[in-house]
Amino acid sequence: MKRISVYIASMLLGMALLVSCHKQLDREPPNTLPSANVYATEGGYLQVLAKVYGSVALTGNQGPAGDGDVAGIDEGTSDFVRLFWKAQELSTDEAVVAWNDPGIQDFHNMNWSSSNPMLKGLYYRCTYIVTLCNEFIRESAADKLSGRSITGASADNIKKMRAEARFIRAFANWVLLDLYANPGFTTENDPIGKFNPPQTNRTQLFGYIETELKAIDGDLSNARAGEYGRADKAAAWALLARLYLNAKVYTGTEKNTEAITYSKKVIDAGYGLLSNYRWLGLADNHLNNPEFILTLNYDGIRSKNFGGTTFLVNASVGADMDRNVSGLGGWGGIRTTRNLPDLFPDVNGNGDKRAQFVTGTQILDINNISEFKDGLAVIKYRNRTRSGAFGQDPDRTFADIDFPLFRLGEMYLIYAEAVKRGGTGGSEAQALIYLNALRTRAQVTAAPIGSYTLDYVLDERARELYWEGFRRTDLIRYDRFTEGTYLWPWKGGVKNGTGVAAIRKIYPIPDSEIAANPNLVQNAGY
Amino acid sequence: MSLDEFSNEQKRLPGLLLMFLQMQKVLINKIQSTFLTSINSDFLKPKLLIMIFKRMLARAWALMLVLMVVAQTVFAQGKTVTGKVTDSGDGSPVPNASVTIKGTNRGTTTDASGSFRIAVDNNNTVLVISSVGFGSTEITVGSQAELSINLTGTQSNLNEVVVVGYGTQRKRDLTGAVATVSSKDFVKGALQTPEQLIAGKVAGVQITPNGGAPGSGSRIRIRGGASLSASNDPLIVIDGVPVDNGGIAGATNPLNLINPNDIETFTILKDPSAAAIYGSRASNGVILITTKKGKKGKIKLNFSAQGFVQTPANKVDVLTADEVRAIVNEKGTSSQKALLGKESTDWQDQIYRNAFAQDFNLSATGAVGDGKLPFRISGGYLNQDGILKTGNFKRLTGSLNLNPTMFNNKLKLDLNLKIARTENRFANEGAIGNAITFDPTKPINSSSARYGGYWEWTDPDGLPTQLSNRNPVGLLNNRTNTSEVLRSIGNIAFDYQIPFIKGLRANLNLGYDVSRGQGRNTVTDSAADTYRRKGINNPYYQERTNKLMDFYFNYVQNFKGINSRVDFTAGTGYQDFEFYNFNHPDRRYSGDTVPGSKQEFISQDPGFTLISYYGRFVYTLANKYTVTLNARTDGTSKFSKANRWGFFPSAAFAWQISEENFLKNSTVVSNLKFRAGYGVTGQQDGIPFYGFIPVYSLSNNQAQYQFGNSYVNMLRPGAYDADLRWETTSNINAAIDFGFMNDRISGTLEGFIRKTEDLLSTVPIPAGSNFTNRLFTNVGNIESKGLEVTLNTTAVKSKDVEWNIGVNFTYVVPKITNLLVNADPNFKGVEVGGISGGTGNTIQRHIVGERPASFYMYKQIYDANNKPIEGLYEDLNRDGIINENDLHINQSPEAKYYLGITSNISVKRFTAGFVMRGSIGNYMYSNINSNMGVLRQILNSLGFLANGIKDYQNTRFVNNQYFSDYYLQNASFLRMDNINVGYDAGEIAKNVRLRITANIQNVFVITKYTGLDPEISGGIDNTIYPRPRTYVLGINLDF
Repeated sequence: MKRISVYIASMLLGMALLVSCHKQLDREPPNTLPSANVYATEGGYLQVLAKVYGSVALTGNQGPAGDGDVAGIDEGTSDFVRLFWKAQELSTDEAVVAWNDPGIQDFHNMNWSSSNPMLKGLYYRCTYIVTLCNEFIRESAADKLSGRSITGASADNIKKMRAEARFIRAFANWVLLDLYANPGFTTENDPIGKFNPPQTNRTQLFGYIETELKAIDGDLSNARAGEYGRADKAAAWALLARLYLNAKVYTGTEKNTEAITYSKKVIDAGYGLLSNYRWLGLADNHLNNPEFILTLNYDGIRSKNFGGTTFLVNASVGADMDRNVSGLGGWGGIRTTRNLPDLFPDVNGNGDKRAQFVTGTQILDINNISEFKDGLAVIKYRNRTRSGAFGQDPDRTFADIDFPLFRLGEMYLIYAEAVKRGGTGGSEAQALIYLNALRTRAQVTAAPIGSYTLDYVLDERARELYWEGFRRTDLIRYDRFTEGTYLWPWKGGVKNGTGVAAIRKIYPIPDSEIAANPNLVQNAGY
Repeated sequence: MSLDEFSNEQKRLPGLLLMFLQMQKVLINKIQSTFLTSINSDFLKPKLLIMIFKRMLARAWALMLVLMVVAQTVFAQGKTVTGKVTDSGDGSPVPNASVTIKGTNRGTTTDASGSFRIAVDNNNTVLVISSVGFGSTEITVGSQAELSINLTGTQSNLNEVVVVGYGTQRKRDLTGAVATVSSKDFVKGALQTPEQLIAGKVAGVQITPNGGAPGSGSRIRIRGGASLSASNDPLIVIDGVPVDNGGIAGATNPLNLINPNDIETFTILKDPSAAAIYGSRASNGVILITTKKGKKGKIKLNFSAQGFVQTPANKVDVLTADEVRAIVNEKGTSSQKALLGKESTDWQDQIYRNAFAQDFNLSATGAVGDGKLPFRISGGYLNQDGILKTGNFKRLTGSLNLNPTMFNNKLKLDLNLKIARTENRFANEGAIGNAITFDPTKPINSSSARYGGYWEWTDPDGLPTQLSNRNPVGLLNNRTNTSEVLRSIGNIAFDYQIPFIKGLRANLNLGYDVSRGQGRNTVTDSAADTYRRKGINNPYYQERTNKLMDFYFNYVQNFKGINSRVDFTAGTGYQDFEFYNFNHPDRRYSGDTVPGSKQEFISQDPGFTLISYYGRFVYTLANKYTVTLNARTDGTSKFSKANRWGFFPSAAFAWQISEENFLKNSTVVSNLKFRAGYGVTGQQDGIPFYGFIPVYSLSNNQAQYQFGNSYVNMLRPGAYDADLRWETTSNINAAIDFGFMNDRISGTLEGFIRKTEDLLSTVPIPAGSNFTNRLFTNVGNIESKGLEVTLNTTAVKSKDVEWNIGVNFTYVVPKITNLLVNADPNFKGVEVGGISGGTGNTIQRHIVGERPASFYMYKQIYDANNKPIEGLYEDLNRDGIINENDLHINQSPEAKYYLGITSNISVKRFTAGFVMRGSIGNYMYSNINSNMGVLRQILNSLGFLANGIKDYQNTRFVNNQYFSDYYLQNASFLRMDNINVGYDAGEIAKNVRLRITANIQNVFVITKYTGLDPEISGGIDNTIYPRPRTYVLGINLDF
């Protein structure tokens, strides 16, 4: 009996040991931080803020690729700039692409569907940015800071960061407003989990963005006072100006006076045009540049991905083009239809330096969209510096070029257009000064203009802002996007161009999102 | 001495021992040198592994040496008698009968002709002769030189013991779906990886080889798999140690570190009532591998040698150089025409070869120490070239099993130790695709030394064209990717018969599975594919450690009074998995670091832990009625405290009808049994380790963001589901086992319904609700129904001829029954099945109501000549537009029906056999045709020409039509996997028996599929490493 009790005792001891093992089931992932540690210091906040900006510029947490933010799409194709650019440019007269990736020819053919992989990627990219901003805004609320005993200068700096996150969120929401019109809507008051966000519409979203941008005005850095790459008051004004210029499209109500007010606020904040237009798209375009209001920053060594300006440069070089012209290249994808070069007095830049096209074996007319030689190549973005040196990447794959989200040139054009559209608070005389400043900088040989029309502004926007992601929005505002009144080669998939259904002014919400979120109703016509 | 040398070393018998010692020396030297001297400064010292390996090795091999010496002394003993054992019924020889000396543990077994030879002490020695399926008999040696023994057959083998989880069970007590394949039934031939031993042998078990690379593994599916995104691999348990089946850096397949020659049996637990004792990890079935053990009796040695040659069985049908010239001249622009060359190069011929290989195995089995210490010791060496040039796989294995009993047989010790070291050189498989697409009008070499001297496409600036394909021969020869992987699996089990409680045993099992892979991938700075980045010189390194502790009590008691038998097991287990992944910067060939690629963290060391409690109760009444109850509860570190424990019960019933009086004396029915069971199992394998924890991770140095003049590493919050929990599978299983005419015809008919709930799956979630648009979460249900038939017959059984035929048939159809967090009838499914061509394209979907990963495509329209019309598809929803709403569900990559046929015939000393496998109803998407069989493939705007698939001549498609169902083909097939012949030469010298074997593997395939191979996991035919045809010659010596 004694021995039995020994057995029982040892068995119980064994059990006790095992139960104590249960705490070994609490394991933590390596090389990561729980949020409590992240938000313990100002430096931690800054690193999350870097992700907020980085989610707009890059594709994931591992450069150039390997740990993407957005699932279900090839990572190199999942970045904001590449997708936004395709949605805004490939659907217009400014660009065609030779590739045959599923969905990519839909843009030019204007027959995209709700399963288009690029439109899906862009929608998910924008909502991801919003969710990330929500998290930062939640974690940087005043009560959270005081709860974490963060006070003084650190608290002030984080307050500024919080306003920037709200700005980035407003920007992502503006993209959703412009392209998708009626997206799902979340704020910092929503949880992280598996819930169904409600749907918003253009009018509501317009109001929300407007309110947000005005609300953060007090917290953002003064114009041109913040660090390069970070949003300041002028960035918020610039977005408001852009929002107001398109107010009629978004809400049915003109807001041209407000567009004048806010573009003027930016213009008066001390920005100036970069002396040489052709420097705007160079590898060192971040240096000594008084024109940029807010950029997405790329670096051929430290900020790499297969989208962004790396895409813009590599994809625009192909066929027999001299690879050294742009410093990178050979993907042989994107060119322009003849409508863009036709706006210039000469395709080689004589008479207007903004014309940056490659002729050689490239031809003006497009017989075959899949043939890179059909259509002039565009070398607005080149990974060379002002002195002619190559960018930093010794392997000549990744670009250093920063992508401007807002620059002074656009503000001049908003001012001029809003004045012409009947807004008050500005004058045509002042507008002419701005328009001629752009012409002067472009070394336009023709005489300065003494008057202008709305059509002139549209054409001037194309000359000044082409390939910067504006064209689709501009054509819609001018009622020339889907209508048969304005055509370009292969518009709607027809060689001479054709009008398409008006539903194409708004992109469809991805089918996978419609399926996942029962609160969403698909945009009309899709 | 190099590894290659000793294959040419001593081949004569006396040399074998020498060879064994040499192998040991080489192994110790190699391992010590790798561990102790050549540890790259890049790596942190792998302290733990060094220690374990060094100690284990030193001890194991020292022990082996001792055993070998002892074995020599045991050899020379007493008098020798010979005899022959025959079946009293028909006089046919009884092979594999056991012959032991009564009162000792010494013994032998009979050969194929029923003969045996045994050393005895004197004429009074009594021999005990017995065999499975027969009774046992005793005979006194006397003065006869040749003994003749008749054995009488018993009705069945129901008292045979089967290995099940945590112990063994009598076959008659089995209530669940258990299949056993033992070494005598294994697939024969040159097999490099264990699972191939049972390919085609078991109903409900599909083993699909991953490709033809040497040492590459297989996809194993039991009843088709129960999950969608979590693992569908069965749990593999080797000698009681659930092994880590995940990949290890540098190994094509973690199982190839197990030498198939060391395996005795496979037991496959197919349904939860059988597998529930492994509850948490048993959803996809369990494969129990038992290695060969020490056997009491005199020491026997076995040596086998195989030489084999592999040939590329098939090539991809590409256009010839002349056809390319004709197409370019007809359709190309003038600049494209100017690109044409004058050569005619068959690139596939340039990259493949006939590959030779050799495989040696030596083992010794017996008992030393007056029969008290049974042991088995073995060594193996395999050296195999790949049919893709430059590839090579070498494997050195050693195993030791000690199975002593102590304290009056109260304590049984079971020590199993396996060590393997593989050396790989991985051929650049990128050459396979490039050999298909590289312009055949070009020569292999250029006149310049640049790009390694190989002809390459270049840009106007002389640099390699960015998006062009590369010279396949250059891809092979400019890259050197070598690795070495060490793995050791071992356990020691103590089984103690507790005194004064009859039938109660305590069992403690301590085990480990450690592996370590390291290698280096270098590409010269001259190679075109990495020319811009100036080559590659990157090391890789990984360690995996899996520790196990299991403790259980087992109580078996017969209660004669109530005619009952009770078998009760209860225990607990702890298993812990640790990983170490070395992070290295990206290096150029020169060793210079690619700017910005320095890693933030030197290593990544994740891990997880499992704790379990389990019990099994088997009650048998009157040897006829059996009830089995299983229960297991598991805790895992992969779920939050609230969700981490799962409870998995099962219950099953069996009725041994043939034991009933009305059948007991039947001469027709020798076995009839009905079984039925219900059980629940869980799943947490193949999922993220920390998916429920909200954490932030830091970006690497190439993904920083610029603020002002400084660059900031980004902190990203990861997606998480705090509510992550166990995926559970419930299963109903019912079966009839039967045997007729003394089991001349036997088999099983089995049906099951399996439902998996709370599927762990990656699904689209509403945008904005988490830090991802696709979350790994519990969502959806899947349901499978299946039927399995196994039939084994002995068609002929006479004195000289025996012919056995085995057929197994499986029908299994899974269906997804739910998939979304919010059910939506319009949901078009989760995209899966990524294809080549374009970016992010998928050809399959998980759709509710359909089979997983069903193809989702357009319906092609054909012209009057039955040629597909490019881009013209049927408007299935009749809305006037052809868009994604016209995509339709179109077949599944998985077969509905599987077939396995095995035949073995022996005529006197000759044997012959074959194994055939078939599958019916599986479809294949020819991605190779859809991607490379169009004009656009040959002519492009990027400044180079490429070759295309001959299918272009059928379609004349200009652009890729990836989603056309033209590219979907029925890939049902019947494959002759293996044909083998053998000749038993008998005793060629004193005490030396020789057997000669020959076989051919992958003999032929009957299929309508037009591509290279109809059997590709996942049903997407891209560029694959072709499965070779293998010709094998082998000898086997027993002495």
